[in-house]
Amino acid sequence: MRQSKLLSILIITAFLFLSAGCTAKGDSGKNITIWHWMTDREPAFKELAKRYEANSGIKVNFELYAPSDAYSQKVRAAAQGSNLPDIFGILGEKRDFASFIKGGFILDLTPYMLEDKAKWKNSFFAKALAVDEFSAGNSYGVAPGIYGVPIDIMTIEMVYNKSLFKQLGLNPNQPPQTFERLLEIGRKLKAANLQGLVSGWGEIWMIDCLASNYAFNIMGKDKVIATIKGEVPYTDPGWVKVLSLFKDMQESGLLASGVVTMVNKTAEQLFANEKAVFAFNGSWCVNVYKGMNPRLEYGAFLPPKASNKYPMAIWGGAGSSFMVSSRSKNKEEAIKFLRWLTEAPQQAYLAESTNNLPANKNSLNWIPPVMADFAKAMDNATHPNVWGVSEFSPVIEALDKGIQSIIIGEKTPEQVAREVQRVKERELAKKR
Amino acid sequence: MKIKASLENYLFVLPAVTIFAIFYIIPFISVFQLSFYDWDGILPTKIFIGLSNFKEIVADRIWWQSLWQSGYITLIALTFQNAIAFLLAWACDREIRMKHFYRVIFFIPPVLSEVVVGLVWQWILNGNYGILNHWLAYFGFTNLTHNWLSDPNTALTTVAIVHCWKGFGWGFLLFLAGLQTIPRELYEAARVDGANAWNSFKNVTIPLMIPVVVLVGILTILGTMQVFVLIYTMTGGGPGYHTEVPVLRILASMRGSSRFGYACAQGITFGVILCMVSFAQYLINKKAKA
Repeated sequence: MRQSKLLSILIITAFLFLSAGCTAKGDSGKNITIWHWMTDREPAFKELAKRYEANSGIKVNFELYAPSDAYSQKVRAAAQGSNLPDIFGILGEKRDFASFIKGGFILDLTPYMLEDKAKWKNSFFAKALAVDEFSAGNSYGVAPGIYGVPIDIMTIEMVYNKSLFKQLGLNPNQPPQTFERLLEIGRKLKAANLQGLVSGWGEIWMIDCLASNYAFNIMGKDKVIATIKGEVPYTDPGWVKVLSLFKDMQESGLLASGVVTMVNKTAEQLFANEKAVFAFNGSWCVNVYKGMNPRLEYGAFLPPKASNKYPMAIWGGAGSSFMVSSRSKNKEEAIKFLRWLTEAPQQAYLAESTNNLPANKNSLNWIPPVMADFAKAMDNATHPNVWGVSEFSPVIEALDKGIQSIIIGEKTPEQVAREVQRVKERELAKKR
Repeated sequence: MKIKASLENYLFVLPAVTIFAIFYIIPFISVFQLSFYDWDGILPTKIFIGLSNFKEIVADRIWWQSLWQSGYITLIALTFQNAIAFLLAWACDREIRMKHFYRVIFFIPPVLSEVVVGLVWQWILNGNYGILNHWLAYFGFTNLTHNWLSDPNTALTTVAIVHCWKGFGWGFLLFLAGLQTIPRELYEAARVDGANAWNSFKNVTIPLMIPVVVLVGILTILGTMQVFVLIYTMTGGGPGYHTEVPVLRILASMRGSSRFGYACAQGITFGVILCMVSFAQYLINKKAKA
């Protein structure tokens, strides 16, 4: 008797254990579930959810999953298990975004965006929306449309410490406008024994970002896109010149020691604590620096031009976006919430409380001067997600690691260009 | 009655077997299966590509470089780390003052989070404001100060040493447990026979410790070959590819390139290599014993 009771308990426990992981999320009644990774925005999201519930009676559950790497894997796993929440964000490249759409996981928001003479669509910065958009004939094979809602925007550019500029005898209101001038300052820094440029170049993608900025400046957009398409080799003199800029930066003394293995958090600490004169960072840094050193005096500027042939382009656009699950039972409610979230008052609140640039172009009035600098840079913004083609990941890795090798003096720009081209040819051959 | 009893027995082990199957066997089969596919981890469709992923691994120079580099770290761990662990265990096994205190101290690094250890050592080794360079300069060794983690000549050895610092406590614990099982009478008998400390060590301690040394060796190889959190935190595999290790490469294939099939093939290849290394060590040990 006792044995059979024990047996029953064991079986029930095993059943409960096995079934615990199989419950679906976000499908119940008038509750909306949102998954995100933005730790810094969690309190603001929670507050907005409260306000929305008070207005509409619909409960919005923001569920935070950090760090972003873990979040990214969670969303992929949830897609495989048909367990995505009503609203979620995607981290990764445009090709990952395209795969989610092709897999039928994301709702096309175009009809909603175009309602009322495209009122919702027109409330956003066009460049912010472009990140979530697929144009006709795109190389990903995705039906044209808008598949995401930008929540905020970002630009990535250079920042400089005004106090250290003064210490060096430089005009604190005049950041360098040319690459030559930047190198000159680098030589001054070396002489003054100050650390120059810090950035998260150990995390790879930030080197890629600066390299592509200069590729646009030296070769123009068409040639960069042609390279990605495989029509121009990386051994082209334009690319060699781009790679040489990193050698020049290193030789002038502009780059901080250890920049090649530096993570962005370390770079942010160094800059915020006035131990580095320059940083290459995104507009999110305003919030970070404010938290680390509220008295920090700094300004933002575009990476100085290395050529006058083409304009300088920086990475910018939607900083983070939300997508609606095509399998959600609360699609209409989810869209209504996103529409409300991106209205001017909510965007202003988000921007004010998180120091991120709003995606709604009617909410920019209040922002502080340094953020206005970042906002201005939107005119020069571009992003790999709007180019319509994506470079192969192994090529990006070879380019970025190659630049690291140039900085540590291990390889020449020509050697790196040849190696990157070899990887490119290998990847192209695989596709054929 | 007998059948009922054996069914009941099976029923008792069923929960454990089910959990083991769900969390170990099925994922392993899936990984093996996925290694023959081209899949980005998102699309429901997977393209069967046969052995292409494995062929690509054979030609992947960076993969083999990462394997060699983890082998280098393992070699340092096997020799330097385990020698230190053995010597400290031997010292703590003797009648020294505060030996219990040392036992606790030596076991602190292994229980610390690898991320925390990585970040703290990154700070210590930092080229600009690191405490190591500060002390080197203070004691007049200014010529030795440099960025330990960004210099390709020192990056790999530096992470290997930090790995040894983090991991020697495990070996220490096992060696100490092994040393304590050696009967004291054997040492006394050796002393009566005129053996000095070195002879006792060579003829009593070493032969009786061989099984423990083999065990620690296998655990060191398996643990060190799979090192990655520490390296990920300290260098991210850089500068260039100088501190890349296989698990970082698998992670890069899966997360960076969204090539789940290739990452699974790398995982299978790596698993096979680890099994081969362990088996080789087992055979060597068996031969040595014979």
